[in-house]
Amino acid sequence: MNLLWLQSGGCGGCTLSWLGSEHGSLFRELKDEGIELLWHPSVSEAGVDEARDLIEQCADGRIAVDVLCIEGSLLRGPRGTGGFHRFGGGAQPMIDWVRRIAARAQHVVAVGSCASWGGITAAGMNPTDACGLQYDGEASGGLLGPDFRDATGLPVINVAGCPPHPDWITETLAALAHGRLRAEHLDDYGRPRFFADQLVHHGCPRNEYYEFKASAAQHSDQGCLMEQLGCKGTQAHADCNQRLWNGEGSCLRGGYACISCTDPGFEEPGHPFTTTPKVAGIPIGLPADMPKAWFIALAALSKSATPARVRENAHADHLLRAPSVKRTKR
Amino acid sequence: MNTRRIVGPFNRVEGDLEITLDIADGRIAAAYVNSPLYRGFEQILQGKLPADALVLVPRICGICSVAQSAAAALALADSLSIEAPKNGRLAANLTLATENLADHLTHFYLFFMPDFARAEYESRRWHHGAAERFRATVGSAPNQVLPARARFMRMMGLLAGKWPHTLAVQPGGSTRPLQSSEVFRLHRTLREFREFLETVTFGARLEEVAAIDSRAALDAWRGKGGGDLRAFLAIAEDLDLWHLGRGTDRFMSYGCYREEDRRLFPAGVWHGAAAPLDIAAIGEDITHAWYAAAGLPQHPASGSTLPVAEKEGAYSWCKAPRLAGQVVETGALARQVVAGHPLARDMIEGYGASVAARVVARLLELALVLPAMERWLGQVVPGEPWCIAAPVTDETSGVGLIEAARGSLGHWITVRRGRIHNYQIIAPTTWNFSPRDAAGQPGALEQALAGLPAGASEPLPAAIHHVVRSFDPCMVCTVH
Repeated sequence: MNLLWLQSGGCGGCTLSWLGSEHGSLFRELKDEGIELLWHPSVSEAGVDEARDLIEQCADGRIAVDVLCIEGSLLRGPRGTGGFHRFGGGAQPMIDWVRRIAARAQHVVAVGSCASWGGITAAGMNPTDACGLQYDGEASGGLLGPDFRDATGLPVINVAGCPPHPDWITETLAALAHGRLRAEHLDDYGRPRFFADQLVHHGCPRNEYYEFKASAAQHSDQGCLMEQLGCKGTQAHADCNQRLWNGEGSCLRGGYACISCTDPGFEEPGHPFTTTPKVAGIPIGLPADMPKAWFIALAALSKSATPARVRENAHADHLLRAPSVKRTKR
Repeated sequence: MNTRRIVGPFNRVEGDLEITLDIADGRIAAAYVNSPLYRGFEQILQGKLPADALVLVPRICGICSVAQSAAAALALADSLSIEAPKNGRLAANLTLATENLADHLTHFYLFFMPDFARAEYESRRWHHGAAERFRATVGSAPNQVLPARARFMRMMGLLAGKWPHTLAVQPGGSTRPLQSSEVFRLHRTLREFREFLETVTFGARLEEVAAIDSRAALDAWRGKGGGDLRAFLAIAEDLDLWHLGRGTDRFMSYGCYREEDRRLFPAGVWHGAAAPLDIAAIGEDITHAWYAAAGLPQHPASGSTLPVAEKEGAYSWCKAPRLAGQVVETGALARQVVAGHPLARDMIEGYGASVAARVVARLLELALVLPAMERWLGQVVPGEPWCIAAPVTDETSGVGLIEAARGSLGHWITVRRGRIHNYQIIAPTTWNFSPRDAAGQPGALEQALAGLPAGASEPLPAAIHHVVRSFDPCMVCTVH
């Protein structure tokens, strides 16, 4: 299976995340899975004329592309011209290249939240009229339109995340290479379910603080980040605390909020990123599938049941009290 | 005869790059560097809450992500008149140093060295070895370096949660307190990386490399062992990379890695002699960039970013920053020249800045900074504070200056009624790859390319690739 990777309105961070794969050399990993890189802007030898020729051949069908990976948002501005990103040593806008190659490729993969939905580049006034391949924020559409299907009937595969975990990218590509990715393996937003059917909350080491609503009041506190500091881990679709980052990390393990970066529209949450929005003291964003009344009842109950150890440790940056040691009488 | 040739897309640079060459008599008469991608972060940031900048700015760049965070955190801290506690400062140094060293490694092995595997060099005696070792994606070096780099990036897992794009770097310090067993694990990761550098990259102790104090000493050292730096030095001598790619020979560094009462690398300017850095003398010229004309060059504290689709004489989305009207070069070489490292100063004696000097300075920093990281880690005191709360101020302004791997990065923020009124960023490659200014002065790369041999249609000579990549450009930062 061959793969062409192009970058547009993004930061290149998806590629940098991918290169940090922790299963030996990424290049060997791809080879083992039978994936051949036709061209990737950051790592391939071919450049300038040679690269442009190759991409032209992909666009006019002389080279059959199995997988087209796009990293970065698609920039439609100014005024629909695509002029905010011209590519290939010439005047042609990148969105034209993407349309032409996507129409011929066997599969199209959006790598990261920019290519999936527009992402950070679409934040604020969205100066470049940025969108994703098949979504514009939460709305189906984007550059290729809601009806786009690849040669096998699949929509654009959205390996969302800002950035995505290296394994999300590699395992999606491996599934395609082995013919094992079908429509039922994608969720409602076209994200591979192997990571998107999990919640960031699953495996969070702050779970005891969460259970008792023993909340961090400020950065570097050990308590739960949901009540005050904007954490959306209980709603965010990703397996970040089961499949760790850079060895033993994750956002929550790093002491800061999950901003739900795998979701469309995460770049404009409608509240300060690291402050939890509330109505009458109750967080607006409740844990996934949790009825509000039960959340309020359980929170009140668990707060009153919080052990002193948990309450004190939640407001400290190191352990003040250790769990008591149970002694068995002889 | 004069021919115009547009070359692009340049690859193995971070982001998009295209260069227009005017070729006369087989040489480049003039080069015009175009950054063809605009995203508009300075517009996106307007009207946001100041603290939200910490989510947005790292996403300017996937390779300078922490540098962008650090510059924003410093600008916010400056605007709020707060200072991180000692542990927070040490964590900020360690996080930035991890990114900068990983970037140096990535540049050397993944971006720069693969050019020596090109067929153009087949007749050179070193080509077979270089191709086996450095060829893109299949060479032994990239496949050995990626796992070592990933092991080193475990620093980020513990210090910052993840890389790229962390929120751990805050104006008040770090969100990630370290416990003593974690400090132990970080030490172990540094030891592993030191061992990799000493066996694979240098074939020598880091301290031995850091002590090389002249070109002559470097030449003598080259004969005494193996390692990839020595392989590069042999190629550099054969291709005379010491006399290729001279820029302006004005060097600038904002300085970085704050220690008790100084910075590990100080701020300053060098043009044949040391001079203090005058931040007030920075102005951004947009004569040849696609932005609405502002008349005179603007200081970033009062700068503006208003893109226009068409403009007479414009050829890039990159503005043209100047220091007191002069073009300056920034990067690892500039940083070490300003800091007064004897090898860096000696490398620019005679010819001036060159492809070889820029590459050697980058690797020299690996040898200089890793021991400093070991020292900083030893100074961390678990149990003492990591972060202080940042107050909220409705009317204020601040500046954050930092050194990313590829040079000087500055953020200027103005807050009005509690919202970001203006946010201006000048990135390292904005300096190095700037277009011409109102006076017609070409940017640093444009100057470095002028005069190089090039033809109208035959494949672009590898020398041009070497010069472009010797600056370690980051194009996504350049325009942002």
